[in-house]
Amino acid sequence: MKVLVCVKRVVDFNTRIQVKSDGTGVQLDGVKFSMNPFDEIAVEEAIRLKEAGIASEVVAVSIGNDKSQDTLRSALAMGADSAVLINTDQEVQPLAAAKALKTVVEQQQPQLVLMGKQAIDDDANQTGQMLAALLGWPQATFASELVIDGETANVTREVDAGLETLNVDLPAVVTSDLRLNEPRYIKLPDIMKAKRKPLEALAMADVAGGETAMVETIKTSAPPQRQAGIKVDSTEALLAELKTRNLV
Amino acid sequence: MDASFSQETNELENPEVERDEMAFDYLVVGAGPAGLACAIRLKQKHPDAHICVIEKASQPGMHSLAGAVIETAPLDELFDGWVESPPDVWVPVKEDEFSLLNAQGKTKLPLPPQARNHGNVITSVGALVAWLADKAEALEIEIYPGFPAQKALLENGQVVGVQTGDMGLDKAGQAKDAYQPGMNLKAKVTILAEGCRGSVSKQLIAHYALDKNSQPQTYGIGLKELWQLTEGRTNAGTVQHSIGWPLDQKTYGGSFLYHLENNQVAVGFVVGLDYQDPRFSPFDAFQQFKNHPSVKPLLEGGEIISSGARALVEGGWQSLPKLEMPGAILIGDAAGTLNVPKIKGIHTAMWSGIYAADHLAQHESSDGWDQTFRQSPVAKELHQVRNIRPGFQKGLWRGLINAAWQTITRGLWPGTMAHHADHSALKKLAEMTEQDRQWHETTLAPRDRLASVYFAATEHDEDQPVHLQVADTDICTSKCAQEYGNPCTKFCPANVYEMVEEDGEKRLQINAANCVHCKTCDIKDPYQIINWVPPEGGSGPNYRNL
Repeated sequence: MKVLVCVKRVVDFNTRIQVKSDGTGVQLDGVKFSMNPFDEIAVEEAIRLKEAGIASEVVAVSIGNDKSQDTLRSALAMGADSAVLINTDQEVQPLAAAKALKTVVEQQQPQLVLMGKQAIDDDANQTGQMLAALLGWPQATFASELVIDGETANVTREVDAGLETLNVDLPAVVTSDLRLNEPRYIKLPDIMKAKRKPLEALAMADVAGGETAMVETIKTSAPPQRQAGIKVDSTEALLAELKTRNLV
Repeated sequence: MDASFSQETNELENPEVERDEMAFDYLVVGAGPAGLACAIRLKQKHPDAHICVIEKASQPGMHSLAGAVIETAPLDELFDGWVESPPDVWVPVKEDEFSLLNAQGKTKLPLPPQARNHGNVITSVGALVAWLADKAEALEIEIYPGFPAQKALLENGQVVGVQTGDMGLDKAGQAKDAYQPGMNLKAKVTILAEGCRGSVSKQLIAHYALDKNSQPQTYGIGLKELWQLTEGRTNAGTVQHSIGWPLDQKTYGGSFLYHLENNQVAVGFVVGLDYQDPRFSPFDAFQQFKNHPSVKPLLEGGEIISSGARALVEGGWQSLPKLEMPGAILIGDAAGTLNVPKIKGIHTAMWSGIYAADHLAQHESSDGWDQTFRQSPVAKELHQVRNIRPGFQKGLWRGLINAAWQTITRGLWPGTMAHHADHSALKKLAEMTEQDRQWHETTLAPRDRLASVYFAATEHDEDQPVHLQVADTDICTSKCAQEYGNPCTKFCPANVYEMVEEDGEKRLQINAANCVHCKTCDIKDPYQIINWVPPEGGSGPNYRNL
């Protein structure tokens, strides 16, 4: 079974996001980027399927500028066999991403597509679903457990009421939630080996068919700052303060 | 023997674990200006050499912090036409200003000759390192960020490489599911370029007694913030330095304020770690400086982009240890090549890396490196100014007069003044009355040290062994509390050390996750019981253009 796993290069989760003063987006220079943590979990799951003898080949794919090669190299160092970069310097919205990925799926013919449930930069949570719809494949999102059973997959999802288990026919699209697994530490020799693994580059225009952005960002702004609290020395003072603010 | 956790080296010692091993021609520990310059030069001279650079930060440059105004000659030496596409932060100096502050005002002073920056450039060492790392990778030098050197590997009295840090240990030092033992990286020559107070360098300087014929190393702590200001307040290319307030006459140090492009300024403060007052907090002094009437109007209304702190070497010529040992060499600030009167260490660090590469390219051995360096132009530069920093032990005024004299005579007086170790400079509470420092109320961000750590974007998995090892915490609650009032709670810029009271008893709490890897505690603790070891690879601050 061949597994395609999608990874996105995003601003590191630990970065303090700063909005540009002109409101056109967030500051990106000098900022640390890394693999979207949910995608990292998806890669780990794919590698585990391979180690368990269920998957025969793992292909990582990313959409972005040249720097996304670093993200793909991380996936290769974790254990993916080869990588595909869909190259673009433009902003990529979920539908465009899904259309580009559909082309790659048609080329690669995987039985399973894994990706994070959402990317932590735009938090869209749409690409997996859109890709499944475009392909006409079943989808199982927010996976916290994945068991491949012959021609089907049992996917446990975390839903409000508890856990829900779906049985989907393969090929299918599965998106990973936080508790699916804990990604491994990358070993130094594997980083070295990853440099020699095949990485193919495609142009976005060739795979997404001239898809243009459908959503326009008008303004980016920081959330309002919380005002400093005050200290009161008695219950009476507290009550009085609450009353003056019409809170009781 | 079962697996047991070694506090000393922060590793799980398990005889059953076979550590992977890899061999290189040259292994560079630390991807900073010195290490990268060395690796690049070596590769240029020996294109076939297999060179590996390891770095504890998650990405090259993320642990690097400096002013920084730099001399660019080493870049000319390394690259043709580099000036066409310089590092991301790159502003040629247009104007220099040097002043003396008191609590209310400032007096402009004549510019000391070493402080003239015509022809120099304001940059960020983080951006410079990221740029150098790209150049190195283009030459097929292998750089591995996120892999700290945990300890040196010794065989038959010779350094044969380093062991990288274990990954995936829990708080108690036991293996978690994802546990990955560190590996043994071996090389013909190991190049220690860890920067100031490098942890492996420290082990090896002690092991080979490399400092037995030198003066004790003396240090400073540098604190820095990068600010985004309101439109029109900056003057790109202006370099401002001050001495005096908020420091007392006996404390060495001063401020810097560098105007960058895009309405940004780098503001910072350096304090000599030979300060005497145990109640003194370098972090508070920095915040005071920012709130000085001559600085506050500039910063007000702006916001902090990034902040951090790092110790720097100030010992100069007389504190240089022997720079070679069997199988390994010291370069850059791991050796201590910073030029204090110039307040610059990046060009000297890079030069030392370049000279070391030339030496290694010729001899393929550590033998003779100490001699080679001591005959180099950088050594001459350090020798000439060797008596300036020690002059300030007698206070600011005598220090300045001595500095002027040393400058006029170009260091020709044959004597060399001594240093003493910073931790021994601290006086006891009883020996020092509390001083009125004429400090103001501060209103600019950050509110306190915790708020400041937030801008350093420092990150450590909480479930890992504490990487700040205090040998005897009883001393903290008894002797140190009484004699010095726990100065670790004051000198640490990241609020790592706290004395907390529980059930009427005080104990030391170590907030290791806050650590910004400045190494001040390892240096200044009066009992020398704090040992800084590298935490899990990739942990620590994630500085943005510091």
